[in-house]
Amino acid sequence: MHHRSATTESAPVRWLLIGLALLALSLFLFLPLLAVFVEALRRGVDVFFASLQSPAALSAVRLTLTAAAVSVPLNTVFGVAAAWGVTKYRFRGRALLLSLIDLPFAVSPVIAGLVWVLLFGAQGWFGPWLAEHDIRIIFELPGIILATVFVTFPFVARELIPLMESQGSDQELAAVTLGASGWQIFRRITLPNIKWGLLYGVLLCNARAMGEFGAVSVVSGHIRGKTNTLPLHIEVLYNEYQFSAAFACATLLGLLALLTLGLKTAVEQLTHQRASRRT
Amino acid sequence: MSHCLSAVTLALLLTACSKRATSGSTVLNVSYDPTRELYADVNVAFAKQWQTTHGITLNIEQSHGGSGKQARAVIDGLQADVVTLALAGDIDEIARQTKLLPSDWQAKLPDHSSPYTSTIVLVVRKGNPKGIKDWGDLVKDGMQVITPNPKTSGGARWNYLAAWAWAAKEYHGDQAQILAYMTRLFKNVPVLGTGARDSTSTFAKQGKGDVLLAWENEAYLIDREFPGLADIIYPSLSILAEPPVAVVEANAAKHGSTQAARAYLEFLYTDEAQAMVAKHFYRPRKPEIAAQATLRLPDLPMVSVDADFGGWAKAQATHFNDGGTFDQVIKP
Repeated sequence: MHHRSATTESAPVRWLLIGLALLALSLFLFLPLLAVFVEALRRGVDVFFASLQSPAALSAVRLTLTAAAVSVPLNTVFGVAAAWGVTKYRFRGRALLLSLIDLPFAVSPVIAGLVWVLLFGAQGWFGPWLAEHDIRIIFELPGIILATVFVTFPFVARELIPLMESQGSDQELAAVTLGASGWQIFRRITLPNIKWGLLYGVLLCNARAMGEFGAVSVVSGHIRGKTNTLPLHIEVLYNEYQFSAAFACATLLGLLALLTLGLKTAVEQLTHQRASRRT
Repeated sequence: MSHCLSAVTLALLLTACSKRATSGSTVLNVSYDPTRELYADVNVAFAKQWQTTHGITLNIEQSHGGSGKQARAVIDGLQADVVTLALAGDIDEIARQTKLLPSDWQAKLPDHSSPYTSTIVLVVRKGNPKGIKDWGDLVKDGMQVITPNPKTSGGARWNYLAAWAWAAKEYHGDQAQILAYMTRLFKNVPVLGTGARDSTSTFAKQGKGDVLLAWENEAYLIDREFPGLADIIYPSLSILAEPPVAVVEANAAKHGSTQAARAYLEFLYTDEAQAMVAKHFYRPRKPEIAAQATLRLPDLPMVSVDADFGGWAKAQATHFNDGGTFDQVIKP
């Protein structure tokens, strides 16, 4: 390990910069998080736990977990397939595909919700056909899942593409010459190489899937105890002046974020250890 | 490619799952913002009554939001069995854009299908530090007025028309002067919330603004939820707000819930429900219930949309559609 500094700034400048970063961090991240917990417990532990156990809250948690449980695996498969296709092959339209993968990042979540209403809403393109067959997508679970999938689509792919790009396909080519099948190559060479990056992408994808508000709000219909996800339920409680209950539910999301961060750090450290062991 | 196929299959399976049971034991009430507390009470009482009379456990689901936004959701396919919105214009819009309910829906129930009424009042900071007494005070320099956006909120449209009615009286119907007043009024509005509840939070929780234009029921709710925060000022003239209710006939028929949905809305006219209406600071249709209420809402001169604005269809077109007076008023 080298301990020599890579920069030439004097110590005071360095401390000033670090101090500024810490100040910004505590102002914009730590303080709001603290406020959430303080507000949640303002009216006592009883109110806190009661609001987490109300039927509407439980239903919101269930819906949020369901939406994440469907969209995260879907996007894991999509993400791996997309990253594989984009990095292992060269084809026409590859650049376009790369930009398309980023589309959900660029588009406002409200639009991400509205496109589904335009497609599957009663007045939408497929609305009449869906109504005829009594299939409901918008304002029901499928709409919420579609919106979540759309918004969280790039997380896994974006995490894997640079990784796979830097690894190249030499090992896979070697395996091909040794007669391995496609599945064997994927399972025994590609997957072990990308697994930490993949896990990292899945964690981020999951965090966003559970926390998404805008897109889901558009397609939810806000039916209490039925189509409100946890973020929507928090908004409802806030609008009903049940501030402690709203913040109690917000702590669930806050804890989830902390858990994700913790896992992410652990994953990063593991990756570093492996990397340093290999070199 | 096979991944895509499996995903599509999964999506189809999911949509298949979401076909709703058509047992008629569920009624979805799509409502506007400030009725949350009222319908929380009404739903329990009606479900109990339905249980006794029909032996069925009725599950009443609620959805709340800005009235215009909620109407839009029903048009886009939200499966409402009944709508209980802030103004007739929004239900008219559902009738106009879909075949979900007949255009004469408002004749189906008594009192223009409005089982309760309300009005628009001025909510000021405790002790009224800015000395606000009437609509004329709102356009003073440096006054901050909180009201939601008339494009999305029903309450905001009532607010707008109430202010307009006062200005029309003040300036003897001189259109230019009324428009000038409205323009100055909206110059004093720092944020336009999406719904009534949104604006109430802005005023009460975030402490923004000198005066909040609000539903009377919402004003009394602020007093209950945030004691000592605000005073209610009754202006010299306001508007009779008639929030209407209707069965969304086609949806209810599809769900087999027509009977329950009708009974649910008729229940709103009973003494029991009218007492709840009074309890939540709406004005009951039944004078004897209003007289019994613990809080007597004062009489004040009120205009009405039908008599003074030519009905909602005309009011909507003149004031709130694209190019209407509201667009002129907020033009930068």
